[in-house]
Amino acid sequence: MYIYNDFDAEFVRDRVRQFRGQVEKRIDGSLTEDEFKPLRLMNGLYLQLHAYMLRVAIPYGSLDAAKMRQLAFIADKWDKGYGHFTTRQNIQFNWPLLKDVPDMLDALADVGMHAIQTSGNCVRNVTADHFAGAASDEIEDPRPTAELLRQWSTDHPEFQFLPRKFKIAITGSPNDRAVTKAHDIGIRMVRNENDQPGYEIIVGGGLGRSPFIGKVLREFLPKAELLPYIEAVLQVYNLEGRRDNKYKARIKILVHEAGLDEIRGSVEETFARTLAEFKKPSDELVDQITTYFNPPEFNNIQSHAYEEALETDPVLRSFVETNVAEHKNPAYGIVTISTKPIGGTPGDVTSDQMRLIADLAEKYSHNEVRISHEQNAVLPHVRKADIPLVHAALKAVGLATANIGLISDIIACPGMDYCALATARSIPIAQEISTRFDELKLEKEIGELRIKISGCINACGHHHVGHIGILGLDKAGVENYQITLGGDATQTMALGERAGPGFAAEELLPALERLLNRYLEIRECSDEIFLETYRRLGPQPFQQALYPEEEKYAA
Amino acid sequence: MPVIIKDGKFVEDQFLAAGGGFIQLDKLSLSTHGLEPQHTGVDVPNDTKPEALAGLLNSVEAIRIPFPSFADGRGFSIAKKLRRMDFNGLLRAQGNVLADQYPLTLRSGFNEVEIPNEQAGRQPQAQWSDAIGRVNNNYLDRLKGADQAA
Ligand code: SF4
Repeated sequence: MYIYNDFDAEFVRDRVRQFRGQVEKRIDGSLTEDEFKPLRLMNGLYLQLHAYMLRVAIPYGSLDAAKMRQLAFIADKWDKGYGHFTTRQNIQFNWPLLKDVPDMLDALADVGMHAIQTSGNCVRNVTADHFAGAASDEIEDPRPTAELLRQWSTDHPEFQFLPRKFKIAITGSPNDRAVTKAHDIGIRMVRNENDQPGYEIIVGGGLGRSPFIGKVLREFLPKAELLPYIEAVLQVYNLEGRRDNKYKARIKILVHEAGLDEIRGSVEETFARTLAEFKKPSDELVDQITTYFNPPEFNNIQSHAYEEALETDPVLRSFVETNVAEHKNPAYGIVTISTKPIGGTPGDVTSDQMRLIADLAEKYSHNEVRISHEQNAVLPHVRKADIPLVHAALKAVGLATANIGLISDIIACPGMDYCALATARSIPIAQEISTRFDELKLEKEIGELRIKISGCINACGHHHVGHIGILGLDKAGVENYQITLGGDATQTMALGERAGPGFAAEELLPALERLLNRYLEIRECSDEIFLETYRRLGPQPFQQALYPEEEKYAA
Repeated sequence: MPVIIKDGKFVEDQFLAAGGGFIQLDKLSLSTHGLEPQHTGVDVPNDTKPEALAGLLNSVEAIRIPFPSFADGRGFSIAKKLRRMDFNGLLRAQGNVLADQYPLTLRSGFNEVEIPNEQAGRQPQAQWSDAIGRVNNNYLDRLKGADQAA
């Protein structure tokens, strides 16, 4: 876990001091809301449907117990006792009072956290694989690179007023859990033919109104050249990105309109200059950062506690099947804690739950917690022998839902319940789906299935890359839900295809039931997941299930 | 009268006072404007590609870049790029620059900022001299290996 040095600490405190002054000026009336807006946005403070919302960065999704406890403290003291984890590894507090926000920021600074660059047209919180440093399939831990990028982008003089926001994600594993191809820049850690470490740079991905899958801008970039290269990409974007239309201002549109080769040419030309000027970060600095992410000291003492418990406890077995992933150390497992109990709000975690997660992290996971873009919490380093204990503790507070990767592990944006831009509800839809399929007892039978729901075309719920995507629209004042099929958020990224006309809210569940019953009938075997069946057979059988009336007419 | 901010202070326009003048980029033709190179300034719109200026960097003394809105950050990158192209003359940011953005302009390579008088009334000198304290000791300089004790 990266620990702030004096420089980081002073930088963050200074920002809080500045913002406290700005809030005072806003409250006494010397700043209008218009003048205050860009200032509050620089500090992660949004004005939502009902209240202000403070978005706090969790750099590359990494927390320790102290940070988690502080988030719980903030939720209790200045909010309604809970927080909401987002798809970009942030936590949002939905009910702060303006006058309290500077105190909240000070409380964050006490544990080395902040809300800087979580909004505005700048480089946002850099996200990374939530299994970083633990996954068995990892080439290299992406977090030191993510931390370098955090430092580089923080308060970068050129890039605070870009055409639009800019999101970077990084993965150190060939199995992409960080959705790198749907980011403005996606970074994959790779090795070249001489086995030297470097990066593949992907550019111009993004969801939103016009979804694009990112394209490879540079196949191999030597490790030491990353910052000058990224600086060149951003400079080209800052100078050439469109500013005439907010919906065409992301880099994906520039890449699309100018063409990948043209952009590559401009980037390489600019890169020659940035590289010449940019002495690489000193080895001391890089080493210092890397040291913070050294693997913990693993405990490899033999124990059969895990195997024995698995044999006798079917509930534990079912939890392990879905919620425990393979760790690079065979004596360990990666435990994902679902924030999505059946019928709950995806991503919402109460202060009590945060404290319990903090306790478990301290006791069983080398003091580490991660927040995933799927809005779940992760204990990355749990000794297998301890997993039964962790499971029991989670069960006691309703956090042991065994549904990771299943139908109720839904990504849903805040939608109409919080968001001023929403055209439909999204959280209640997620709740209905998870409740219904739990009643049907079909969840395990259906197996891996990624449902993602957005409450408007801005696509914060990533519906384009859901195996089943649901987009809530407003049709003449009535909610209408469009279904897309076949999306994929991983290294084999695909955008879902629209299945047909949308459904009214009350028609949606029956339609999904028909769809999934059809899947169960036509899959080759129980190992063939929904996405694979879709890829094998195409949309037709699924469309027939969704729109049976039309099938009748056609017949 | 616009106000020039240099080293965190409101000052008079030294470039004009010394006999300099600014000419629109598209009207810049050295034979007709009648200014000596050391007195020639050029107004460069912020949608200009910096590469297009390569030919005149040695024949002008000053470049002025407009900020049509404080949310339009192209000027920062133009300045930075011109410095990387070894332009050593005066770089001035003109227009909608907030005191809070002053450190960004200096770090991008500008020497000074020119704001309309009425804006200077709302953002008095104290705000600019305060802001200058945030220029040094930043993340980027540390990463680029600029000298740092700790
Ligand atoms: S997708 Fe739309 S409704 Fe949902 S959070 Fe984003 S802007 Fe709001």
